[in-house]
Amino acid sequence: MRGNGDVRIGVYVCHCGSNIAATVDVEAVTRYAEELPNVALAREYKYMCSDPGQELIRKDIDENKLNRVIVAACSPLLHEHTFRHATEAAGLNAYYFQMVNIREHCSWVHDDRERATTKAKDLIRAATMRIVHHEALEPRKVAIRPEVLVVGGGVAGIQAALTLAAAGKHVYLVEKDATIGGHMAKFDKTFPTLDCSMCILAPKMTAVKASKNITLWTCSDVTRVEGYVGNFKVTVRRRPRYVIEDLCVGCSRCIDECLFKEGKFPDEWNLGLSKRKPVYIPFPQAVPPVALIDPAACIQLKTVKCKMTFVEACGERKAIDFDQKAEEKVIEVGAIIVATGFRAYDPTPLNRYGYGRLKDVYTALEVERLLNASGPTGGNLVRRSDNAKPKSVAILHCVGSRDENAHIYCSRVCCMYSLKLAHLIKEKTGAEVFNCYIDIRAFGKGYEEFYRRLMSEGVQFIRGKGAEVTDVAEELRERGKLVVSVEDTLLSRIRRIPVDMVVLAQALEAGADAAEVRRMFNISCSADGFFLEKHPKLAPVNTVADGVFLAGCCQGAKDIPDTVAQAGAAAGEALALIDAQFMMMEPNTASVTEDLCSGCRTCLPLCPYQAITRDEQKNKAVINEVLCKGCGTCVASCPSAAISQKLFTDAQIFSEIQGVMMHE
Amino acid sequence: MSKPKVAFYWCASCGGCEEAVVDLAEGVLQVVDAVDICFWPCALDFKKSDVEAMADGEITACFINGAIRSSEQLEMAELVRRKSKVLVAFGSCAQQGGIPGLANLFDLKGVMETAYETTASTVNPDKTRPKTSHREGNHELTLPELWDTVHAVSQRIDVDYFIPGCPPTPKLLADAVNALLEGKLPPKGSILSPNMALCEQCPRKDSKPSDLAIKEFKRPHAHMIDPEKCLLAQGFLCMGPATRGGCESLCINGNMPCTGCFGPTDQVRDQGAKALSAIASAVGSNDEGEIENILKGIVDPVGTFYRYGLATSMLHRKKMPAKGA
Ligand SMILES: Cc1cc2nc3c(=O)[nH]c(=O)nc-3n(C[C@H](O)[C@H](O)[C@H](O)COP(=O)(O)OP(=O)(O)OC[C@H]3O[C@@H](n4cnc5c(N)ncnc54)[C@H](O)[C@@H]3O)c2cc1C
Ligand code: SF4
Ligand code: SF4
Repeated sequence: MRGNGDVRIGVYVCHCGSNIAATVDVEAVTRYAEELPNVALAREYKYMCSDPGQELIRKDIDENKLNRVIVAACSPLLHEHTFRHATEAAGLNAYYFQMVNIREHCSWVHDDRERATTKAKDLIRAATMRIVHHEALEPRKVAIRPEVLVVGGGVAGIQAALTLAAAGKHVYLVEKDATIGGHMAKFDKTFPTLDCSMCILAPKMTAVKASKNITLWTCSDVTRVEGYVGNFKVTVRRRPRYVIEDLCVGCSRCIDECLFKEGKFPDEWNLGLSKRKPVYIPFPQAVPPVALIDPAACIQLKTVKCKMTFVEACGERKAIDFDQKAEEKVIEVGAIIVATGFRAYDPTPLNRYGYGRLKDVYTALEVERLLNASGPTGGNLVRRSDNAKPKSVAILHCVGSRDENAHIYCSRVCCMYSLKLAHLIKEKTGAEVFNCYIDIRAFGKGYEEFYRRLMSEGVQFIRGKGAEVTDVAEELRERGKLVVSVEDTLLSRIRRIPVDMVVLAQALEAGADAAEVRRMFNISCSADGFFLEKHPKLAPVNTVADGVFLAGCCQGAKDIPDTVAQAGAAAGEALALIDAQFMMMEPNTASVTEDLCSGCRTCLPLCPYQAITRDEQKNKAVINEVLCKGCGTCVASCPSAAISQKLFTDAQIFSEIQGVMMHE
Repeated sequence: MSKPKVAFYWCASCGGCEEAVVDLAEGVLQVVDAVDICFWPCALDFKKSDVEAMADGEITACFINGAIRSSEQLEMAELVRRKSKVLVAFGSCAQQGGIPGLANLFDLKGVMETAYETTASTVNPDKTRPKTSHREGNHELTLPELWDTVHAVSQRIDVDYFIPGCPPTPKLLADAVNALLEGKLPPKGSILSPNMALCEQCPRKDSKPSDLAIKEFKRPHAHMIDPEKCLLAQGFLCMGPATRGGCESLCINGNMPCTGCFGPTDQVRDQGAKALSAIASAVGSNDEGEIENILKGIVDPVGTFYRYGLATSMLHRKKMPAKGA
């Protein structure tokens, strides 16, 4: 007799169509289970998760007085909830249910039918031994924090933050750069509609600034994430700008009055194509519109010997503060959206394209800046070498993408942005433009149409991957030119195309700090380095860490429409989570049996959630069950076995292990 | 009314447990007064035949020390079991296999090879080995058979109570005998020492920090030991957290770390595994290389964590080659 009377187990073995039945002899397993001690009945069924399947359980509990239920089917991740529910519906406590995974852990990973069948029997036998020790438990109700953290202020982060703010939720938007906007803020126009990038993005950026529901922290990094879904504790480090954000109005007077009359330091925003001063605002529409001082360049910060004319220029506002220090903020949020975007591939290692060696070879992102009216040349596309407009330009697709020496994946947007660049270059310079492509991937709405438009505009398309760029002329017409060699696979011959400028359509790759970010948020990366979604089809914005969602290019290369759609989805998921206000947690907490605790303190420093304290008077450890997340660390560590964990008692675990090992 | 009969027997042991009986000093006289010692091969001249002549259950209580690793030990243990109402496994070897149980790390062949051939002090050019029988003319001499595996007493015969310790303290024995005489015995299977780890009664417990963060494991012979401070806090591997108390903190008071002879508390299935996870989680590093280096300071992990309990642990013994292989 235990808990609720003589143990009467019902075992249900699922075929899962042929998913299980093709590899496991379900009938043999069922007959075997029938004979096991404490088993009152065993049945097989085609789809246990179907309504009639669940009904079987309900009926048997009622008619055959079952008081334990075992379903051998798929992963508990998928259907534990379903069957617990069915168990409960018949009036039995849900925790008298145990799931056995004979699909992911058995039929899907084996091909030897006989041995897979034996394994399924072993696993079921283990469960019948474990379940004897089960007790009635009640799930815990835990409050969820209503705030959301969004990491990264590109278009993905902006969109997610605005959506949540519109729903009345408080959002912390943390951006590592001095302004939000991400890559999109660097472009002149966007494909396929050719709308002005900043014209559509700037309103969103200012809306972020204006929203009372968004706390925007630029120049900031997330340094620590503790806690768990619904109750994350996040530490954010705000680097000093040396300009007080609340006092600066972005009037630029300090920049005008800076001791440096001309820019002298590479301007990061323009990818080093222009120079900036030590005090600067990244670009005119930057949000926040606040100056910042580069401590590596500023004379005052380096030597304390500046005449400080620029500080005077700020005048009564007194916004400049050389004593500003990095500041740590600790916030509590219920959900996190990671939107850290991508890094544009640096083509220097692909030596054959001459980037970094041949002056007039550019990356696509550089050309985006050159074409941009607020860019380094005011929108004039001119060459690095001689400041002249190019008369001919070659755009090489797939640089770093679909390439075994770099990334084997397709970056999805390069074909389209190359078409966009071809159009813009032609429009601005009248140059002849050659696109060297493997094949054109124009998959989106209006994309194929855009491609056709470009063909009709007289842009040249050469089907072949650019093989090499050289400045060594073989013929007269090649003198003083860059020569692109490419195999034109439509003409079946090697062509040499002399041009004035070469643009490399660089790949999109995972952020430089992706590995660090991954660790911090406890999520995973796929083989390509981007963050891994929980399920590619059915949970595309979720991650393995509950409460952490993905948006935009940090999950994989994509265009702006997809990015924005995904950001909306991530915001929706976060909203669904925090709006529930409470969530039910597994009742798998640990507790100390006072009479057994020797006060040895072994467990005290181990709890990742600081749930364990010491009762000084009694010299005993005490676990706060509200804080306990049931990780089991302390349970394993206690040398007196004074800590036990619900759902995972020693008796349950040992009998389960014994059950598995009792091979006939 | 005749006095209750008490017997003492020894199996694979060092004799220390017998010493603990003698250590009762005046107490032993009281015991002798109150009971009739009917069998005690170590101290008094009785023969096996004397025991065989007794009726089953005639002995009120028999205390067996030592592990069982030979045919003779098993035969004697079974004999006294039959003749005794209450059988007490006395001392670490009887309770858990004890030091002899470490032989389970080897098999008999290896043990014999070492003892009769390979040690530096062995001179045995003919490679003579003990045999279970020898014929000399018309006489056959026999010796008991030694086995591959050492067992605790309860792994071979039914045991009523356990008294832990290497050796047990005289107090535990006196308490047990008194409980026996007064008929106040706890439920069968009990270990007659408090069910609480040593840390609780340790005189140094207040000096134990919450986070040991051990950076180096020190060995007692190589360092001065602070006589006041928690030994683990000093980096000496003390088994106290994982070991049943009731020993009067004898080793700690002698300024030596606990080696675990009292075995685990009731609810612990495997003392070594528990000690291992407790000690490993006290290592003060998150760097894999550093952790490995720190752990190198535990020179003999099995001999440290399973010094007394290997035979009854989940490890039990070294894997034996399959029969016929
Ligand atoms: C040359 C080029 C041209 C393109 N042209 C087009 C086009 O015309 N049309 C189109 O639809 N798509 C285009 N794309 C694709 C487009 O750039 C992306 O779809 C879009 O930028 C993705 O937005 P995002 O917010 O995910 O990432 P990003 O724009 O990369 O933004 C990420 C943001 O997160 C910040 N961040 C990164 N790491 C951290 C961190 N650890 N902590 C805090 N903040 C962090 C970054 O500073 C940045 O502000 C183009 C891409 C390239 C390379
Ligand atoms: S099981 Fe123990 S270590 Fe884990 S969260 Fe609970 S109290 Fe903390
Ligand atoms: S580890 Fe166990 S015995 Fe030690 S203080 Fe914690 S609960 Fe008590």
